[in-house]
Amino acid sequence: MTADVSRAPVAAPVWVDVCAYDDLIPERGAAALVHGRQVAVFRTHEGDLYALSHRDPFSGAYVLARGILGTRGGVPTVASPMYKQVFDLRTGRCLDDPTRVVPAFRIRRTPAGRVEVAVNGDGDGDAGAVEVAGP
Amino acid sequence: MGVGPATANRKRLVVVGHGPAGHRLVEALRHRDADGSWEVTILGEEPRAAYDRVALTSYLTDGAELGYPAHDGAVTARPGDPVVSIDRAGRTVTTAAGHAVRYDTLVLATGSVPFVPPVPGHDLPGVFVYRTIDDLDALRAYCADRTHRARRERRTAAGAVVGGGLLGLEAARALQGLGLDTHVVEVAPRLMPRQLDEGGGAMLRRHIEGLGLHVHGGAPLAGLSPRAGSAAGEVGSVRLAGDAVIDVDVVVFSAGIRPRDQLAKDCGLPVGERGGIVVDETCRTADPAIFAVGECALVHGQIYGLVGPCFSMAEVVADRLLAAAGGTVSSAAFGGADTSTKLKLMGVDVASFGDPFAGDRPGAGALDVIYTDPVAGVYKKLVVSDDARTLLGGVLVGDAETYPTLRACVGAALPSPPDRLLFTGGEAAAGELPGDTTICSCNNVDAAAIRCAIRDGRLADVASIRAATNAGAGCGSCVPLLKRLLDAELTAAGTPVSKALCEHFDFSRAELFDIVAVRGITTFTRLIGEHGRGRGCDICRPAVASILASLASMEGRGEHILEGEQAALQDTNDHFLANLQKNGTYSVVPRVPGGEITPAKLIAIGEVAREFGLYTKITGAQRIDMFGARVEQLPAIWKRLVDAGFESGHAYGKALRTVKSCVGSTWCRYGVQDSVAMAIRLELRYRGLRSPHKLKSAVSGCARECAEARGKDFGVIATERGWNLYLCGNGGMRPRHADLFAIDLDDETLIRYIDRFLMFYIRTADRLQRTASWLENLDGGMDYLRQVIIEDRLGICADLDAAMDRHVAAYADEWRAAIEDPAKLGRFVSFVNAPDTPDPSIAFAPERDQIKPVLVAGPDLEVVSR
Ligand code: SRM
Ligand SMILES: Cc1cc2nc3c(=O)[nH]c(=O)nc-3n(C[C@H](O)[C@H](O)[C@H](O)COP(=O)(O)OP(=O)(O)OC[C@H]3O[C@@H](n4cnc5c(N)ncnc54)[C@H](O)[C@@H]3O)c2cc1C
Ligand code: SF4
Ligand code: FES
Repeated sequence: MTADVSRAPVAAPVWVDVCAYDDLIPERGAAALVHGRQVAVFRTHEGDLYALSHRDPFSGAYVLARGILGTRGGVPTVASPMYKQVFDLRTGRCLDDPTRVVPAFRIRRTPAGRVEVAVNGDGDGDAGAVEVAGP
Repeated sequence: MGVGPATANRKRLVVVGHGPAGHRLVEALRHRDADGSWEVTILGEEPRAAYDRVALTSYLTDGAELGYPAHDGAVTARPGDPVVSIDRAGRTVTTAAGHAVRYDTLVLATGSVPFVPPVPGHDLPGVFVYRTIDDLDALRAYCADRTHRARRERRTAAGAVVGGGLLGLEAARALQGLGLDTHVVEVAPRLMPRQLDEGGGAMLRRHIEGLGLHVHGGAPLAGLSPRAGSAAGEVGSVRLAGDAVIDVDVVVFSAGIRPRDQLAKDCGLPVGERGGIVVDETCRTADPAIFAVGECALVHGQIYGLVGPCFSMAEVVADRLLAAAGGTVSSAAFGGADTSTKLKLMGVDVASFGDPFAGDRPGAGALDVIYTDPVAGVYKKLVVSDDARTLLGGVLVGDAETYPTLRACVGAALPSPPDRLLFTGGEAAAGELPGDTTICSCNNVDAAAIRCAIRDGRLADVASIRAATNAGAGCGSCVPLLKRLLDAELTAAGTPVSKALCEHFDFSRAELFDIVAVRGITTFTRLIGEHGRGRGCDICRPAVASILASLASMEGRGEHILEGEQAALQDTNDHFLANLQKNGTYSVVPRVPGGEITPAKLIAIGEVAREFGLYTKITGAQRIDMFGARVEQLPAIWKRLVDAGFESGHAYGKALRTVKSCVGSTWCRYGVQDSVAMAIRLELRYRGLRSPHKLKSAVSGCARECAEARGKDFGVIATERGWNLYLCGNGGMRPRHADLFAIDLDDETLIRYIDRFLMFYIRTADRLQRTASWLENLDGGMDYLRQVIIEDRLGICADLDAAMDRHVAAYADEWRAAIEDPAKLGRFVSFVNAPDTPDPSIAFAPERDQIKPVLVAGPDLEVVSR
C-alpha cells in the first residue's frame, strides 16, 4: 500500500456570492461577510482577485481590506493599514515576518460578472471559508 | 516508489510518529541524501501529515493553515495508522491496521501526550486536552454548542484550564476567545512556575487578570463534577481543595506532558522512571538499530518540551544516518539545548531564559539584578555570575523586547553592564555579539553563520537570511535580532543608503516631485509606467499621492484626493478621511482654527458625539477628537458636522494640522499682538495643503510664548513691532526648538515668508521628512533658507508665491465634497455585501463615563513565539 501524504478531507466547496466585480475598486480591498466570517476581497490592477482573512494578525483588528495593494519582487501584496506589515495576497504569508500567515481563501469571477468566495459545504452553519493551501 | 541508483543496497528507515521531530528528521535526511541511500517510510497516528504544532492556537483563532511542506516523492507517508508493536528480532513494526513494515533503522518520534491527573471526573464529557488539530476541532465544536446554550439560558458559558504554565495560559486565552468566561487553575502558588520566579509570577498574574481571566493559584484540584440535571453527565464544576467550586461548561487539561514511550517499553527498551525513552547523546536507544528523537526521548536524563531541542535531535540522527550510509562516522551529538521560552499573548510579554533560578541556589555564585515597575507592570530579573561579567539567565515580564538579545547572551560575557541591559536591553550590543552566540535556538544558528551568510550572499533582508540559514524559521522569536545583525552588517559594509524611494522607483521623493512637475504627470499609472516598475507599494503609492495632491493645489486644480485612480494610492487614514484606531474604528477631528470655538459649535460637537456614542477628548493641539466611529458611520457624522459649520481638520493627512494660539492682546494683560486672529488667518490659508509630512504651527501673543510656537514647523511670536518668525521646530520623538528666521515682520511679509518656506519645503523634502530634519540636511542651513526666501537667490520666489495663491484659491473642504458625491460615499461601508452591518468585532466597555474599545470575536490571541 502506498498511502500518500494527505490533508484532512475537505467537503466540496460552496461558492458564495459576495458582490459584483465592478463593485470592487481596482487596487483596493473590500471587506465581506462570508457565512459569519470576515473576508477581505482584493482586485488588483491586472484585474486578478484575491481573498484573505480580514483580520490583521498583528493588531487583531479587522482591517486588512483597507490596506494598500502593490507588489514586492513581483509578488502581489497588501500592506496592513495598522502597523504596515506586508502580506502575500496569494498565500496570506507575511513577507516581513514569515512566521505569520493569514488564511487565504479561494475566490473567482463568474461569467455574469459576480465575485464569489468558496466556503465549506458541510452544512455547518458556522462553516469557515475554504482555505487555499500554503505555498 | 522511491528513486535512487542502487535499490538493492538501499537501507530502510522507518520513522514512527509524524510530528515536528519526525518531519524534520525526514526533511533533513532527504535534503542531503543525494544518492537516495535511505528508503524512508513515516508512519503517523494522526489523520494528517505533520504540521506546525507550535502554531496550533492560530489554527483555532485565525484558521491558519499549519501543514509543513510535503516530503518529496521518495518518502512513503502513512497517516492515520498508529504503530502498535515493534519486533526487534525481526526488525519489523506492525500498525493497528495490520501492516507490517521492515526496517534496518527505526526512529521513534512519538512525542508526548498531555498529562491528565487521575482526579475524580477527569473523563467526563466536556473535558479536553489541547495538543492536536483534532483536539481543537472537538473543543471548538463543544464550546460553540455550550456558548449557544448558555446564551439561551441568559448566562455566559464558563471554562477552566487546569495548569497555569505556558500552554495553559495559551489555551485559556483561546477559550476566552471562543466566548467563555475563563478560569485558570494552577497548583503552584504562581503562574508559569517552571519559568518564572515569585516576582515575575506575581506580575504576570496581574497582566493575566487584566485580560479578564480569573486566576486560582496555589489551588490543588480535588475533582470535577457533572452538571446537575445533565442526562449525559457533562462536566459542570471544578472543585478545588478547601471546598472552592467553580461552575464551568468546559475543562481543558494542560498540566504537563507525558512522553509516549509505551512502544519502547513493550519491546524491552529502557525507559526513565518518570517516562521517556532512554537514549545517549547520539539519540540512540539501548538497541543500536533504534533511535528516539523529540519529546519522547529522555536524553541526559531530561525530556525537552520545546520544539527547538526536538529539531536538534532530529538533525543529529539525520547526520548519523547519512554518515552510516556513506560508510563514515558522524560526530554529531545532542549536547543539551536552550530552554528559553517566550509567551506572547497579545499585550502580555513574558520571557524566561537561561537559568533564572541560579541565584536562589546557595553556592551557585550567582547574583540577581531586579527591576520592578508596578505602575507599568514590568518585572525584570537578570541573573549574573558573582563577578557580574557573565549572564546566566533571567525573567522578563511586561516588556520582553530585549529577550532575543539577552537570550543570545546567556553564558557569554555581558555586552554591557547589567543595569544598562535592564533598561536599554543592549540594543546597541547586537553588532558586538560574539560569533558563537546562538541567535536562533530553534535551528541552532549562531551569529557568525548569519554574518557570513549576509556578507557572502549580499543579503539585504531578513527573509533571505531565513532562506539561506534557516534562522527564524521556527518560533520566529529571533527575527528582531536577525534584523539588528543585518543592519549592523550593512552599516559596517558601508552599503550606500540608496536614495531610491523603494524597489519601484530609483528616485528620491524630491526627484520624483520634479519629474511629476516638469513632465506634467497627473496619474500614478503614467508615472510608474514611464519612470518606475511594477505597481508600487505602501511606501511609494502614498508618497506619490501626496506629490500629486501638492501639485494639484499648487497648480490651482484643487482635485479631491479620492478622485479616480488617486483613491487607491491613499493610506487608510486619507482613504477614509479619518484616523484609524487600534480596533479598526476611526477618530473624527473637525478643524477648530486657532483653537477658537463658539459655544454653539462646542454644543454641536457634543451633540454629535452623544448621538453617535463617541468618546471625546481635547487633543494636544487645541481641538476636539471624537473616537470610536465605525467606517459606515463616518458620512452621517460628517453630514452633521458640516451642517453645523465644521470642515475637515486633516488630522489624518500629511498636511497642515493646526495653528495653535494663545489668547493674545485681546484679553491677556501682556499680549502685544492679536495672536488668535493671526493663528486663524494662517490656519485658513494653509489648510488642506498636502506636504511630505504633517505641518504644525502656533502663534504666541508675546515673548512668554504660551502657544509653544518654537515647538512647531513654523512658529510666530509677537513683538512690539510685529512678528518674529521661527522655522523648523517640532515636538515628538526628537524635539527641536525652531530657529529664529526673521524679526519684527509686518503681517503681509510674515505670510509671504511662510508661503515660500512651505512651498520650498514641499518641493525639496524627502518622504516623511519633517521640516526639522529637512533643515538639518539642507546645505547652508538657515542662512541658505534666508537667501532663498528673502533674497530670492534661486529666482523662484514669484513661482512659490503664485503657487501658494493658487492653493488658497482652489481650497475646498474634503469632507463636504465627499458627502455630496455618491461615488465617494460608496466606500464608507462595513461590508461590500452587507453595507450597514457593523463589524462584529468592534465593541466598547464603559470607562470614566465614556466608552473604550475592547477587541472581541474570539480571534484575539497571537501565536506563541518562543
Ligand atoms: C490626538 C492626538 C493626541 C491627543 O489626544 O492629544 C495625537 C494623536 C496621534 N498622533 Fe500626535 N497627536 C496629537 C498631538 C501631537 C502633538 C502636540 C501638538 O500637535 O501640539 C505632537 C508634538 C508636536 C509635533 O508634532 O511636533 C504630536 C507628535 C506626534 C508624532 C511625532 C512627530 C515627530 O516628528 O516626531 C507622531 C508620529 C508621526 O507623525 O509620525 C504622532 C502621531 C499621532 C498619531 C497619528 C499616531 C497614529 O498613527 O495613530 C495619533 C493618532 C491621531 C488620531 O486622531 O487618531 N504625533 N502629536 C493629538 C492630535 C492633535 C490634533 O488636534 O491634531
Ligand atoms: C498548543 C501548543 C503550543 C506549543 N507552543 C510551543 C512553542 O511556542 N514553542 C515550542 O518550542 N514548543 C511549543 N510546543 C511544543 C511543541 O509542539 C513540541 O515540542 C513538538 O511538537 C514536539 O514534537 P515531536 O515530534 O517530538 O512530538 P509530537 O508533536 O507530539 O508528535 C508526535 C507524533 O507522533 C504520533 N504518534 C505517537 N505515537 C504513535 C504511534 N505509536 N504510531 C504512529 N504515530 C504515533 C502522534 O500522534 C504525533 O502526531 C507547543 C505545543 C502545543 C500543544
Ligand atoms: S503620544 Fe503616542 S499614544 Fe499619545 S496620542 Fe501621540 S502617538 Fe498616540
Ligand atoms: S529562535 Fe529562531 S526561529 Fe525560534
